Amino acid sequence: MAILFKATKKLENQIDLFLDTVSEGNLVFQKGLGAYLARREESFAHSVAQLNELESRADRLRRDIESALYEQSLIPEQRGDVMKLLETSDDIIDTAKETLLQLDIQHPVFPEELSGNMLELCSNVVQASEALIRATRAFFRNISAVKDHLHKVYFYENEADNTGRLLLRAIYDGSASLAEKNHWRYFISNIDKLADKAEAVADLLGIYTIKRTL
Amino acid sequence: MILFFLSSGLFLGWSLGANDAANIFGTAVGSRMIRFRTAAILAGIFVTIGAVVSGAGASDTLGQLGSVNAFGGAFTVAFSAGLTVTWMTRLKLPVSTSQAIVGGIIGWNLFAGADTDWAVLQNIVMSWIGSPVIAAFFSALIFLLFRIYLKRVNLHLLHVDMHTRIGLILVGIFGAYSLGANNIANVMGVFVSVSPIHAHDFGLLTLSGKEILFLVGGLAIAFGIISYSHRVMETVGGSLLKLTPTAAFVVVLSEALVLFLFSSVSLKQWLMAHGLPSLPLVPVSSSQLVVGAILGIGLVKGGHGIRWRVLGEIALGWLATPLAAALLSFILLFVMQNLFKVVVAQ
Repeated sequence: MAILFKATKKLENQIDLFLDTVSEGNLVFQKGLGAYLARREESFAHSVAQLNELESRADRLRRDIESALYEQSLIPEQRGDVMKLLETSDDIIDTAKETLLQLDIQHPVFPEELSGNMLELCSNVVQASEALIRATRAFFRNISAVKDHLHKVYFYENEADNTGRLLLRAIYDGSASLAEKNHWRYFISNIDKLADKAEAVADLLGIYTIKRTL
Repeated sequence: MILFFLSSGLFLGWSLGANDAANIFGTAVGSRMIRFRTAAILAGIFVTIGAVVSGAGASDTLGQLGSVNAFGGAFTVAFSAGLTVTWMTRLKLPVSTSQAIVGGIIGWNLFAGADTDWAVLQNIVMSWIGSPVIAAFFSALIFLLFRIYLKRVNLHLLHVDMHTRIGLILVGIFGAYSLGANNIANVMGVFVSVSPIHAHDFGLLTLSGKEILFLVGGLAIAFGIISYSHRVMETVGGSLLKLTPTAAFVVVLSEALVLFLFSSVSLKQWLMAHGLPSLPLVPVSSSQLVVGAILGIGLVKGGHGIRWRVLGEIALGWLATPLAAALLSFILLFVMQNLFKVVVAQ
């Protein structure tokens, strides 16, 4: 019996590792943004490199999981759903990496009065993503608990929208040039996009949960 | 000559294997949870074992309905049943070999002027009607228990998948055994009283003439499974009766249990010894059991999306199939006797 479950156990570990990687990516993103706003360049550069590595690892793991699901003809009914779930979750870490990378390339100078709200926005999107990862783990292990986490995703996504709106209002009410305002808006929108992506995955997860419930 | 006369029964066996193995391994193979080769080998082996070990019960009941007493008659009865099944399948009507063979025997009774045992016929018809209902009850109960179990144990999705895979193989084996035990009566039942095959010592075991007949019939079913059931399984797994693997587990288990209830002499004796209600040993339709079992799950889920028309079609089959087979059997017996000068009744 143990032999039969060996391949399954390996794949189970890979899925866990993938979710750990996405979660770690969220935390590194938060740390990196904090470092950028506090102008701690070394720490920021370290976060960019770290997130780059995590994103590559998540991609590798996702591809391995997808191949194993097909090669071993596992979960034929849910295979498509699980693959879509992993791909859309992978989008979150991709967007996080891209945002830090663009900060590194474009070096926007944010006014200090925006920092507090930007960190709050970042905290909202990270919490939305973390709730999503907990919901995804529950989808695999404890289907009845998925809903307990999904509502938190929606809550933090809404908070992120509110904070994002506050930030944009503050930016466009200010006296900076339009070019600068648009430049800052680009980053605010990108950070907010993380929560939107988490919400999109949560919507899928909600449907997949209903499908999985016998 | 024996082989020629048995050929109609062997054709019935082949057709049964080709079509009905899908009721056991269809979803598992169609959804790629089990490879066809694995399913075909297991089904072939266990359907033959079931036929030889437990095939006597349902076969004896058919013998009580009408004892076909000439080899030519048995050939014609099985041939007319085979033709009816093929013809009705072409017309896309729900058809069962069990119902066709019973019609064929009644046709022989009418032709030969033999009495039809109405009490036995009543038992058989009640079993046809009752078996899908029992399958629905079993599947509803198993489905509920299974749902509670899955909620309690909180297995990882991949573990559920692996357990379902193992479960599908185990219930498939049980289903194949029960199918052989129950439906060998359709394939070889009419030949039992006229077969000239005697007991034979195979070294490791001695088989009676009846058991050898059932072994040959079982092998014909197995050949049907190996040679042709793949296509049917792909259809069943992919579209016709699309089930999730977990629902398929419940459906096949219910189907196997009902087939076993209607064929096991030992179980019947055990139930009677313990004062429990027992069922007559009658060949029933595995396809109709599957429909009943799916209906059971549908009812537990709230009854949405159940196609009640299918039930009407099955009820029509209970009437149309035996009538068509009886008529065809009567005509063919007449032709065989008067045109080909074959002795069809003594």
